[in-house]
Amino acid sequence: MRESKLSGVLFLLLLMVVWELAAQRQWLNPLIVPPLSRIFASFGSLVAAGDIPLQILASLKRAAIGYVLAAAVFIPLGILMGLFDGCRRALDVIIEMLRPIPPPVVIPVALLFFGLEDEMKIFVIFFSCAWPILLNTLEGVRSIERLLLYTARTFGLSHARIIWQVVLPASSPQIMTGLRISLPITLILVVISEMVGSADGIGYFILDAQRRFKVAQMYAGMLALAIVGYGLNLLFNLAHRTFLAWHWGMLREQQR
Amino acid sequence: MPILEVENLSKSYRQLRGENTPAIGNVTCRVEAGEFVSFVGPSGCGKTTLLMSIAGLLEPSSGRVVVKGKEVKGPPPNLVLVFQEYNKSLFAWRTVLSNVRFGLEARGDRSPRAEAKARELLDRVGLKGFEKHYPWELSGGMQQRVAIARALAYEPEVLLMDEPFGSLDALTRLELEDTLLGVWAELRTTILFITHDIEEAIYLSDRIWVLSRRPAQIIQELSIDFPRPRDQLTTRAHAGFMTLRNEIYRQIGHAV
Amino acid sequence: MNRSSSFNWLGWLIFAGLLSMWEYGARANPKLQFYIPPVSEILVALFNLSASGQVAGHLLATVSRFVQGYAIAALLAVSLGVLLGYFRSAYGILEIVIEFLRPMPSVAIIPVAVLTLGIGDGMIVAVTVYASVWPILVNTIDGVKHIEPILIDTARTFGLRRWAILWRIVVPGAAPYIVTGLRISLSIALILVTTAEMIAGSRGLGFFILDQERSFNSSNMYAGIIIVAALGYGLNRLFLTLEGNVLRWRRGMIAQQPV
Repeated sequence: MRESKLSGVLFLLLLMVVWELAAQRQWLNPLIVPPLSRIFASFGSLVAAGDIPLQILASLKRAAIGYVLAAAVFIPLGILMGLFDGCRRALDVIIEMLRPIPPPVVIPVALLFFGLEDEMKIFVIFFSCAWPILLNTLEGVRSIERLLLYTARTFGLSHARIIWQVVLPASSPQIMTGLRISLPITLILVVISEMVGSADGIGYFILDAQRRFKVAQMYAGMLALAIVGYGLNLLFNLAHRTFLAWHWGMLREQQR
Repeated sequence: MPILEVENLSKSYRQLRGENTPAIGNVTCRVEAGEFVSFVGPSGCGKTTLLMSIAGLLEPSSGRVVVKGKEVKGPPPNLVLVFQEYNKSLFAWRTVLSNVRFGLEARGDRSPRAEAKARELLDRVGLKGFEKHYPWELSGGMQQRVAIARALAYEPEVLLMDEPFGSLDALTRLELEDTLLGVWAELRTTILFITHDIEEAIYLSDRIWVLSRRPAQIIQELSIDFPRPRDQLTTRAHAGFMTLRNEIYRQIGHAV
Repeated sequence: MNRSSSFNWLGWLIFAGLLSMWEYGARANPKLQFYIPPVSEILVALFNLSASGQVAGHLLATVSRFVQGYAIAALLAVSLGVLLGYFRSAYGILEIVIEFLRPMPSVAIIPVAVLTLGIGDGMIVAVTVYASVWPILVNTIDGVKHIEPILIDTARTFGLRRWAILWRIVVPGAAPYIVTGLRISLSIALILVTTAEMIAGSRGLGFFILDQERSFNSSNMYAGIIIVAALGYGLNRLFLTLEGNVLRWRRGMIAQQPV
């Protein structure tokens, strides 16, 4: 295994060297594909000057608000719908009507309501995260092992306490899955909404760089975005390991 | 006064097409305090339904169950049911010790005494040192012991056990039979045990009720007079042991 | 979502109630109508757009780009995925590169595509292909890796050569995983097409919806959204039907339990 990791890294380095050479020697159009060195240089200076971090922060702020709002609304809703079948059936049709709408297509609506403000992006993210969070939460609650509930009842727990002490912890892995899926969705939609209608943010930054033919900057922005995506993933895993330590251990065991 | 009385208990399930499938026929029996009694019957005869109805987790179609003079209408506070599928009944998000304490917590007892009791019981079932483990880290036999310890920590007056050793290998089964008898002798809880293993029932019990095929009905009651404490070697070698076993085997065979 | 066999009266009732409230609320508050026109007006707009053929061109453009992008992505990703999954050494080399590219949201590739390919069908199809490849690729590799080695050894015992094994054992065996990847990419492809149309398009449903918003024509905008949603729904249904047929046939080929 280590052997292939090494060859993988070598291959990556090889690609990078080829890129650099090809761009320097003008085999590739440097206006479209600048040398890696220039991209890294641009990245470095933009980060140092604070330009990129500022844009990323703006994007992350909107992303965070939209994400947290979606969680705060749709996790409880999912739990309610999971516990009370009537509630689920009542909302089922509405949800099935809204689900097929590809999230970006909601952007013009958001533009109509909120213009280019932060609220526009927050709304779009809120809408996009809704279904993964809601449906996974719902599924998590509905698929709780019956024996767990029987066990709680045989020990005399009241219904309210069963929800708090059994339903919530038992469905938390699936709720986590919904939150995890929503993470890349959030990032994608914040970028898209910034490309369509914004005056700042990393999405806007990348598109703007392209429009002004500042190509190295454009790639630098993309690099920053990839790093942010990777970082968010790490953060989420950390949260998973912290809050659901018991589940994390189970997963590791199963993967062997 | 008998601690548990079952009077004309029957339970039917309504199928999708509206037909009624009876699971328990007319069952009547009495259990005295401190007894160890078993129901033996073929697989699928409705034993689990019977036990769950006695435990107040299922509502009977007719008849009633009386525990210590009070009619059962929901899980009685001094009665606990241990399920066969231990891995599905343990709370994956709680450590072993936390699982064992669950019943006590449900009663509102979070005192140091409760903690000590839980630890002591884990020791009794041979799991000392595993307090901080999670259920998925334990083997099947160990998990079932946690489930038993959890039930015993609750100090129920009546303990119902649904084929608790059914999913375990033969050797573990024998070991746990003796562990159970040991704890029972100490605590003098009343135990209602379900099994399809005839020899296990004879080995453990004071009395046995033989059940017919579905819908379950008591076709015979037998008294087991072997001396206590029982022993895997001497008790089973008793001449009368095999006679009893054959008798019960024949009974079940006839009832097909 | 689980579907009970009985008709969901309650759900439809609530839905109808919501629509009625919308209709009434919009009609009672003229100021609101700019943002949320009454349902009836939206339906009228929908009818007009469909009847006049005004939106047909956009719909066709979107569908055409979607089909091209999705088909190319599927072909590329399944082939590559099968090869990478089967030949571990090849995957080992490329794994790091794949892991590097994955965290970047695929929409960020749109500016690059515009730079390279300008604006137009080519660009849109290209970004759709790029984005749709990932889920299919990852799931295909996963599926191939999960194939019981015993099956492959058995095939080898019978003298099957490498390519035959790939085609007759590996692909059917990994089919459930591949189908999962294909299903995920279905939505992703539609998302990318509409997004690219919004950012840098002159035709297509994505462009149309945004354009109507810019012209302050909210009824048409909402009508366009309904059309896109219907398209997404239709594609999903089509996929489920095809999936049912293909998987049933494939499952008959090998005596392997579906995952």
